Amino acid sequence: MLRVVRRASMSLGKRAFLRIASILFALLLTGFILSILKYNSLQVYGEMVFGAVGSSYRIQETINKMIPLLIMGLGLSVCYRAQFMNIGAEGQFCMGVIGATYLIRLSGTSLGAMTIPVMMLFAVVFGGLWCLLPAFLKRFYGVSETLVTLMMNYIALKLVSYLQYSAWKDPKAYGFPKIANYPDEALLPKVFGIHIGWIIAISFVIIIYILLFRSKLGYEISVMGDNFETARYAGMKTTKILFSAALIGGGLCGLAGMIQASGIEKTMNDQISSGMGYTAIIVAYMSRLNPLALMVGSFLFAVLLQGGEYIQSSMRISSDIAEILQGMILLSILSSEFFTEYRVSTRKKADICSSHKTCSY
Amino acid sequence: MNDLVLFLQLAVQLGTPLLFATLGGILNDKVGNLNLGIEGMMMVGACAGFGVAYHTSSPLLSIVTAGVASLLLSLLYALVTVTFKGNQTVTGFAITILGTGIANFSGESLSGLTLSPSFIRIMGIQIIPVLINIPILGTVLFSQSYLFHLSLWLAFGLYFYLKKTNYGLIMRMVGENPAAADTSGINTTSYKYIHIALGGLLCGLGGAFLSLVFVPRWQDNIVAGMGWIAVALVIFSTWNPIKAIFGSYLFGLLRALSIKYQNISFRIGNNDISITSQIIDMLPYLLTIVILVLTTLSKKRENQAPAWLGKSYFREDR
Amino acid sequence: MATDDYVVMQNICKAFGKVTANHGVNFSVKKGEIHALLGENGSGKSTLMNILAGIYAQDSGTITINGKYVDINCPKDAIDLGIGMVHQHFKQVDVFTAAENIIGGHSRSLFIKKNKNCQKIETLCARFGFNLDPRKMTYRMSVSEKQTVEIVKALFRGATVLILDEPTAVLTPQETTTLFETLRNMRDESCSIIIITHKLNEVMDISDRVTVLRKGESLCTLNTVETTPEQLTELMVGHAVNLHIPFRKINEDKKAVKLEIQNLTVKAPDGKIKLDNISFSIKSHEIFGIAGIAGSGQKELCEAIAGLQTADAGRILLEGKELISLNPSERLGKGISIGFIPEDRLGMGLAGGLTIEENIVLKSYQAQKSFFMDHRASRKAAELLIEEYQVSASNTKQTVRSLSGGNIQKVLLGREISQNPTLLIAAYPVRGLDIAASHFIYNELNKQKERGVAILLIGEDLDVLTSLCDRIGVLHEGRLMGIIDAKSRTKEEIGWMMLGQKAEEHHAKSC
Repeated sequence: MLRVVRRASMSLGKRAFLRIASILFALLLTGFILSILKYNSLQVYGEMVFGAVGSSYRIQETINKMIPLLIMGLGLSVCYRAQFMNIGAEGQFCMGVIGATYLIRLSGTSLGAMTIPVMMLFAVVFGGLWCLLPAFLKRFYGVSETLVTLMMNYIALKLVSYLQYSAWKDPKAYGFPKIANYPDEALLPKVFGIHIGWIIAISFVIIIYILLFRSKLGYEISVMGDNFETARYAGMKTTKILFSAALIGGGLCGLAGMIQASGIEKTMNDQISSGMGYTAIIVAYMSRLNPLALMVGSFLFAVLLQGGEYIQSSMRISSDIAEILQGMILLSILSSEFFTEYRVSTRKKADICSSHKTCSY
Repeated sequence: MNDLVLFLQLAVQLGTPLLFATLGGILNDKVGNLNLGIEGMMMVGACAGFGVAYHTSSPLLSIVTAGVASLLLSLLYALVTVTFKGNQTVTGFAITILGTGIANFSGESLSGLTLSPSFIRIMGIQIIPVLINIPILGTVLFSQSYLFHLSLWLAFGLYFYLKKTNYGLIMRMVGENPAAADTSGINTTSYKYIHIALGGLLCGLGGAFLSLVFVPRWQDNIVAGMGWIAVALVIFSTWNPIKAIFGSYLFGLLRALSIKYQNISFRIGNNDISITSQIIDMLPYLLTIVILVLTTLSKKRENQAPAWLGKSYFREDR
Repeated sequence: MATDDYVVMQNICKAFGKVTANHGVNFSVKKGEIHALLGENGSGKSTLMNILAGIYAQDSGTITINGKYVDINCPKDAIDLGIGMVHQHFKQVDVFTAAENIIGGHSRSLFIKKNKNCQKIETLCARFGFNLDPRKMTYRMSVSEKQTVEIVKALFRGATVLILDEPTAVLTPQETTTLFETLRNMRDESCSIIIITHKLNEVMDISDRVTVLRKGESLCTLNTVETTPEQLTELMVGHAVNLHIPFRKINEDKKAVKLEIQNLTVKAPDGKIKLDNISFSIKSHEIFGIAGIAGSGQKELCEAIAGLQTADAGRILLEGKELISLNPSERLGKGISIGFIPEDRLGMGLAGGLTIEENIVLKSYQAQKSFFMDHRASRKAAELLIEEYQVSASNTKQTVRSLSGGNIQKVLLGREISQNPTLLIAAYPVRGLDIAASHFIYNELNKQKERGVAILLIGEDLDVLTSLCDRIGVLHEGRLMGIIDAKSRTKEEIGWMMLGQKAEEHHAKSC
């Protein structure tokens, strides 16, 4: 009979090995399914990698996709470490876009070189406040933040479409539901051919790393995340900590939205988030809420996204294959976590003479 | 008057896939598993159902396939969350991503195809004699598809199952305190598997309603967020199948409003107020948040989420 | 092997990770006997019984029932064999009625037959003399009612072997007497009853035979009448121990009032009164004990003084300073130092998933001026504490959860004492600890008392309270039934007060 027992602990090396093995397992399984569908799975994977890193242009595209995932993943990590289960990155991202666009509508080009910093500020505030509301409901009414943040995603998305289709519709677009493009002052400059979002992202990796592991606030977040009652007991200002975590998390998601709008789309539209807020949750989870691991995790998923887009045009395979791969990898990793905490062994039956009956668990 | 009746009929139609999925969600939640994979399971159901319907034109076969396809996906969810004790929230997301991916991928070859007229006749609106003559309600409730009637009966059946049967009692026990169930000699694992699977089946039927009855065509992303509304509805109905009926039709009504009226304008004082469909689309989510706050505040123990919702269980843990 | 043994467990081994809980344990119980399973905390009693009840699977060893080998893989197997267990933490659903909890999983019919079930339960209760309303919701029940539900649940499933894990820990002496009477009734109906305990007086009081476990091994099985508490203690601990808890009398004129509580009232969020107009004071060089049934307001009292619970009325004065309006962080700012050892250490007081280092600085880090944490200082503080209190940990980066119960308590107590508190609140500080660790804690408390600290000790074991404390206040449903001199009253008198009689009343009655 197979039985499951808790294991003491697992070394870091083994954990890393397990993680890589589970990604490979997912690739193998999906490849198997692909070959049943009469695709050459090696070729598909090869093309995906080629499409993601095969030329400097494609690398740039991949990094463009990685930036929002990384920044949102950092913000979410702060929330999750405080046990604030924010799954509202998508909505906070949208609010960031709305905030940035709102500033452009307010000031136009009058801010000059200050446009971008002030846009960022607006995006951070909008995203942060959007995340603060569920934190407020959690703190004072005990409402589950998981569900509230999920609902607020849709409200934010609908708000973006509302603005695009009615309130902020460009009158010069001949009735086409579109918001006017940003002026040049509001576009992120490029460094090495990629908009400076990448520099911002790397700065935040360092900032969040220091915040989490070196600062008092980071210490408070980890105590509160581990045990809320103990944080209260120690005289920590739990409301302040929770709200800080929510503001940092939501603010970074909002910032990611602004960077996407200003660096890539050059305007606001209701396709701008395209599920990246959900992918970021997965990336944060996969990277165990560690800022350095997030760099690897977000790159991997950016490769998947970019590679998926590439094979759509090169092999005429639907880019949905990337989604299937994402799902498979994630499920495989989720299952593999089991083996870091439990061990399966067979029970010694040598000294049992006759068996009464067995239970199939 | 006639407009209003037709409008209500549309609202009920739009509420039906929600009702299926919400019942599926209730089954999951009540056995202690927060399933955020509903959207993905509906997608798979919609796609599989349509594929079989196109090739066989058999209503029964297509509905069964839709149910079985999402049932299989929900078994994958059960494998990861129950057997491997994976994080339920993230697993739910993964199932949604995977299901949407599979459905859109396989559905590519189905787009643009139409179902046979005979199929549509059977699956479409059926007028029930005599009852149809009841004013207003007659049209709203008795000129609907068979699947609509199935969903209603399922809701009543589920209510009865949860409240009046020993299996419902045990299943609630598993969701509230798996250790209590386990020490009472219940195989919690199989209870979870069975109910998650049945929940998946219902979600699949919800998807099939969309692709076989309501639209009836295959479209990319045909479910379009209804699965997430169902997640909201499960809470909105405080895990009660009867309340889920009303919740689903209320949300269907809101959806019907936004489809029928792109723009509602009226005057308050000197201000022109115009509400667009996007604003109406927000209402289900806003309402859910309000209900969530209210049920949390009410503190009525019987209305709270199952105590063990979202947590995994290992017998040897204390 | 005696032929009349009904359940026989032989050579049972069970390990959790690196920790061996049972190592070749032999145990047997007869029909119609009450068998005590005696051992210190951590000696493997619960593990052994959880194996019999199908919760854990043994790594090796055999079980026979009525002479037949059995393989118990899951609780269902155990139930089918007539084994029922009342766990220390009751396995119940709060939003179910007593009847639903009892029949859940037992009845195989499709529909719930509510009235028939209730009738059956009532008949069963009448037979054994239980007092239980099957229609009552579990979350409205007292601890002893919940325990009754668990026992009835086991009997309803046809248990002929009933295991009770520390059943008296949550009961008053009077409730314990009632429970023991029912257990004797059940024995007379030829049930086998196994009672897990570490209380010697209970073993002497109720059991027919006793098996002693030490460090995961079974030492021997004795007839209770042929043994003495002293012999049992020696077997349990492994060497002769002085069970006497030292009490230091300190001259009255050295004492000064430190903590004063006046008319303290605390309500739960739902408006229920948790503490009702409580007044008492604690002096320096004094241990003030609080006795009471679990849930009588002890938690609220501790947390109100520690500033974690808002008081609805009354005053709390520490050295004349009003505490009521100050939350814990404001107190730190004003230099008010209260040490607090909460009842559930990993539930409050420590962050189990964090390292020893991180837990050590929990109360002092706010005093650091910088934005950054001083990790070097944390490590030094942790090293110091590990050395001073002889905490067995491999290094300061070990997580607190991975330590043993005694070491966890040492970390907590050490941290609280290092803050030089004026007042030390200790709620059930020896819960779950073995005798050596318990005595270590008692000695620490006495040391602090000699240093002049005022100590509030919440206890459950009346023997410990009466020997350690100077005075004892007794709580009943949030009211203070009286304050008595710890040395002048019997346990029974305190028991009556715990059940709601005023000190004077009972005194008058007994006169």
